[in-house]
Amino acid sequence: MLSGITMGQYLPGRSPVHRMDPRAKLLAAALVVPAILLAGFWPAITAVTLWLAVVSGLSGLRPGVYWRSMKPLWVLLLLSFTMQAFFTPGEPLVHLGWINISEPGLVQGALLLWRLGILLVVASVITFTTTPLQLTNGLEWLLSPLIRLRVPVRELAMIMNLALRFVPTLFDEARLLLMAQQSRGADFTHGSIRERVRGLVPFMVPLLTNIFRRADDLALAMELRCYQVGAPRSRLTELRFVAGDYAAIAATAMLLVFVWGTRLMW
Amino acid sequence: MPCIKIENLTHTYFPGTPLETAALQDISLTVDQGETLALAGATGSGKSTLVRHLNGLLAPTAGRVRILDGDVADKKFRRQLWRRVGLVFQFPERQIFSATVHEDIAFGPRNTGLAGQALSERVSQAAAAVGLPEDMLRTDPAELSGGMLRRAAIAGVLAMHPDILILDEPGAGLEPRARESILQRIKELQVSQGTTVILITHQLDDAALYADRLALLKKGRLLAVGPTAEILSRCDLLDEAGLEPPFTVELTRRLAAAGINLPKTPLNPAEAARLLAVML
Repeated sequence: MLSGITMGQYLPGRSPVHRMDPRAKLLAAALVVPAILLAGFWPAITAVTLWLAVVSGLSGLRPGVYWRSMKPLWVLLLLSFTMQAFFTPGEPLVHLGWINISEPGLVQGALLLWRLGILLVVASVITFTTTPLQLTNGLEWLLSPLIRLRVPVRELAMIMNLALRFVPTLFDEARLLLMAQQSRGADFTHGSIRERVRGLVPFMVPLLTNIFRRADDLALAMELRCYQVGAPRSRLTELRFVAGDYAAIAATAMLLVFVWGTRLMW
Repeated sequence: MPCIKIENLTHTYFPGTPLETAALQDISLTVDQGETLALAGATGSGKSTLVRHLNGLLAPTAGRVRILDGDVADKKFRRQLWRRVGLVFQFPERQIFSATVHEDIAFGPRNTGLAGQALSERVSQAAAAVGLPEDMLRTDPAELSGGMLRRAAIAGVLAMHPDILILDEPGAGLEPRARESILQRIKELQVSQGTTVILITHQLDDAALYADRLALLKKGRLLAVGPTAEILSRCDLLDEAGLEPPFTVELTRRLAAAGINLPKTPLNPAEAARLLAVML
């Protein structure tokens, strides 16, 4: 249940992509997404694919890791491909009873498959190489203009940080509790629904108690460090753009311009 | 007579992923019926992973674990192992869920099929064994002190009458007197009932006082196992395991450095005092 890599898991490393400023990664992602959606001709598709090959190569993670992270989603990918292939009108290429597969259908399907795949890999690159903390810091910075509109960006980022910080801890706690009660003969998998719900009591009650106690402790600890809602805060590590970050953003921006250009020219 | 036989046990978490970690590597160990074995090692040495193989929570990645008369690889046997091997987790008071102490202690034995008068007797016995006053059984666990809660949680496992009792840091976070009292009572239980006890600790003082044999773990490997006095007298081993020697062992070492050689390494302060008195 808790094994294997999932999308969104951070994989520690020291590659150039790992060391990039999280804000630069998010900006680059924001630039590449329209490029992926606009690309519809060979030069643009090649350029985007090359860009991604370079980025994922620089991330220092083996291609197998990306492949495995996409595995749970292949049903979705396959479904969107078949839908496109079957339901795009055009000169039929193959007849399967009432189903017609046309050449434009196949092309459209393949293009959709490519777009979704690339988008997934881009998302994976970011989550594999960026800690959740960095990611929320980056998001906070990107959303900071909204502070003027009275959106509590800093507080939202703090809530997100705390949630991300405590998810693994709570998982651990839940796992331990499950094992401890199993050691006393608790059975969560047999019996009628009524019995099973009753069986959850020895698990849920201490879990909730412990969560509330932890939240209490955390609130106290934050108060003791003078945390105040709405007060400006400084950071332990200031985010700073370096030459590499500018280069990455510039390269991605150029990619977008190129893709756009091919679109206008054809 | 051995009641636990571990042969070349290896356990790997998350096999086949970048998060793969070998928690235990090639561990071979036997535990005799009725003895107290202390399992010591620094944080992350694999102590907790090792004992989870002993009551059916984990199955070995490689190697064999035989307990009492069965093999842990057998899923059916593993499922029923909790009835015979009691495991007290670290900070067990965090697992208490009932409205009264009595109800919580009764949870385990009730799951074994006990009910009515027999169940009540079991609960009272277990409470008495850990030094929990009878009138506290009717109270809300939230009203008890940390030490009493710990006793209640341990009683919850004792009440199942396990053949083998495993305790993961039973004294952690308690004041010294409560800690001593709990360990003393478990020792008495081992002597009077013949229960096999496995005590996980990183405080060797506890091992020195209560364990017949001591096993040292380091990074998932078994560093040494033998009679407590023998292992404790080897400071090089303790250093390698990253553990602090108990008070009396450190005392002996310092005395020896000052030119005073005790005839043997004492295992408790009283014995040390006696040895010193003889020499004076």
